[in-house]
Amino acid sequence: MKTRSIASFLLSTALTFAAAGVASAQDKTVKIGALSDQSGLYADLGGPGSTLAAQMAVEDSGLTAKGWKIDVISGDHQNKPDIGTAIARQWFDVEKVDVIVDVPNSGVALAVNNVVKEKNGAYINSGAATSDLTNAQCSPNTVHWTYDTYMLAHTTGQALVKAGGDTWFFLTADYAFGAALERDTTAVVTANGGKVVGGVKHPLNTPDFSSFLLQAQASKAKIIGLANAGGDTTNSIKQAAEFGIVKGGQKLAALLLFLTDVKAIGLETAQGLNFTETFYWDMNDQTRAFSKRFAGRMKNNAPPTMVQAGVYSGLRHYFKALEALGGNPHDGAKVVEKMKSIPTEDDLFGKGEIQPNGRTIHNAYLFEVKTPAESKGPWDFYKLVGTVPGDQAFTPLSESKCALLKK
Amino acid sequence: MQALYAQLLVGLINGSFYALLSLGLAVIFGMLNIINFAHGALYMMGAFVAYFLLNLGGINYWWALLIAPIIVGIFGMILERTMLQWLTGLDHLYGLLLTFGIALIVQGVFQNYFGSSGLPYAIPDQLKGGMNLGFMFLPVYRGWVVIFSLVVCLATWFLIEKTRLGAYLRAATENPTLVRAFGINVPRMITLTYGLGVGLAALAGVLSAPINQVRPLMGADLIIVVFAVVVIGGMGSIMGSIITGFALGVIEGLTKYFYPEASNTVVFVLMVLVLLVKPTGLTGRAA
Repeated sequence: MKTRSIASFLLSTALTFAAAGVASAQDKTVKIGALSDQSGLYADLGGPGSTLAAQMAVEDSGLTAKGWKIDVISGDHQNKPDIGTAIARQWFDVEKVDVIVDVPNSGVALAVNNVVKEKNGAYINSGAATSDLTNAQCSPNTVHWTYDTYMLAHTTGQALVKAGGDTWFFLTADYAFGAALERDTTAVVTANGGKVVGGVKHPLNTPDFSSFLLQAQASKAKIIGLANAGGDTTNSIKQAAEFGIVKGGQKLAALLLFLTDVKAIGLETAQGLNFTETFYWDMNDQTRAFSKRFAGRMKNNAPPTMVQAGVYSGLRHYFKALEALGGNPHDGAKVVEKMKSIPTEDDLFGKGEIQPNGRTIHNAYLFEVKTPAESKGPWDFYKLVGTVPGDQAFTPLSESKCALLKK
Repeated sequence: MQALYAQLLVGLINGSFYALLSLGLAVIFGMLNIINFAHGALYMMGAFVAYFLLNLGGINYWWALLIAPIIVGIFGMILERTMLQWLTGLDHLYGLLLTFGIALIVQGVFQNYFGSSGLPYAIPDQLKGGMNLGFMFLPVYRGWVVIFSLVVCLATWFLIEKTRLGAYLRAATENPTLVRAFGINVPRMITLTYGLGVGLAALAGVLSAPINQVRPLMGADLIIVVFAVVVIGGMGSIMGSIITGFALGVIEGLTKYFYPEASNTVVFVLMVLVLLVKPTGLTGRAA
């Protein structure tokens, strides 16, 4: 009797373990949380379009047909770090979310970064710019997919200094993103023999820039660097035109400009601006095909911005890692580690890799905004003026302060 | 010193918008006793109507200055007839909540169709370019905004404080029953007043379209500041709201020069100070 019960206990334990083992290897449920600014100044460059991109990534991955069950939910962080972290916590604790994607606004992105690490989720950031995500504040759970402030400084910034723009005045959005972009650009300007003669920090979401623009004008700097984004950038550029700043000989450096911003400014005012992106819908047949499908499902028929494209291809790569693992281990660090071990390649960003600090490396493209005469369609805005290979555009590992690199 | 003149002038420009919007709010509050939280949304509608007139109807800016306030004003009057009029005599809170809800719905609908980054609206050809004033480059359009809104503000003040129609209006606020006894259609007058206040908001919207983006949230960003202006100036005081509007624009402009980080909070700091010292606002009468 006794031996039998011990035997049955051992058997049942063994069975339980075996069952658990099988379950974890074959667990094919995934929950994706698209966290973005859904209605504020960054909603058009991320927002609902990013949620759509996540859904399209799920559909295009073909995993559903292979028995996976993948859900996408979305949340509005309203550009407030406290709201962003509250949503992230609730997603991990209650909704059992596996991966958080997008998260524009560097302030929110850095706050969410800590939560994801604490909860051992996965984090594929596309929307935020701060290079700190893969630098001082890097995390084994984080992949920073699309672009960052270092890249913007070392492409647009560097090109302008080399073209003779050696004195700079910054209009900087007064939060983590603006500070990071100004810092990274200043480093490039001084390294190339230029000088920063002044700057002004403006509150996020400022409707009127005339006061700041007058200060920029009075500084006599050759380049006015716009270390801001979204609605702040469009307002700066429009109002700079009004105050005759470009006609007066000063040049605007739109350090971060998105497709939707150009649409909002209008080609009449935006023409000739130089800037950098890592994705444009009209690059090749693949990007055009994807963008056409995407635009068809957007309310205003807008093609994807680079942020939305980044959400899509970041997730596609995440799914590759899950497939390679044979199931969802519900262990963010493990999936991210797998993602880093597979070279990235997709229709939208081409070939690349994820570095040990979580930084995705791919080509960056210097664009110029077309004149109204050159533009042939409602979203035909950019002409390509140069390509910077990923290893030159992004932070070299030797310069990265990421703790993950010191093993 | 030159930079300071420039900042003062820029402040006056922003002050024009504050003045126009707070004037509309003051008119509505003074005559209808409604705290019109939909004001920002109606301002936004003014800008959008101007955009549609230009891009769908080919109707230029000058006509838009006239037509947009009328269209949005009619929309406002419909709101007043169908919803707001039932709130007469109830606590302010009801009007506030209703108009706030209307604002959210209107903004949501526009956002759904036009996104959040907005649409461009070009400065009319006649007002393009700028002039060098020695201490600054003043875009002609901004100069126009200051002068035009000053004229509109003063005209509104004159209409309400100095004409017979204005006298009826003020009397109707004090004692509607008595004014009715004189054979004046008070409800219709109230509707028209709301239309006037809303029209002023729409006018400000058209004026701001070429400067800012035509964006669904353009009013939401502004309305809180404008409410602070109204509170500082004194609820319901016409001249008070005009003067405070311009004055706060200037103060904000100066803050942008001396300590830009505080430029979007300075108005609220002032509001707190004024409420501590004089709870009825600078020119307000006791409730």
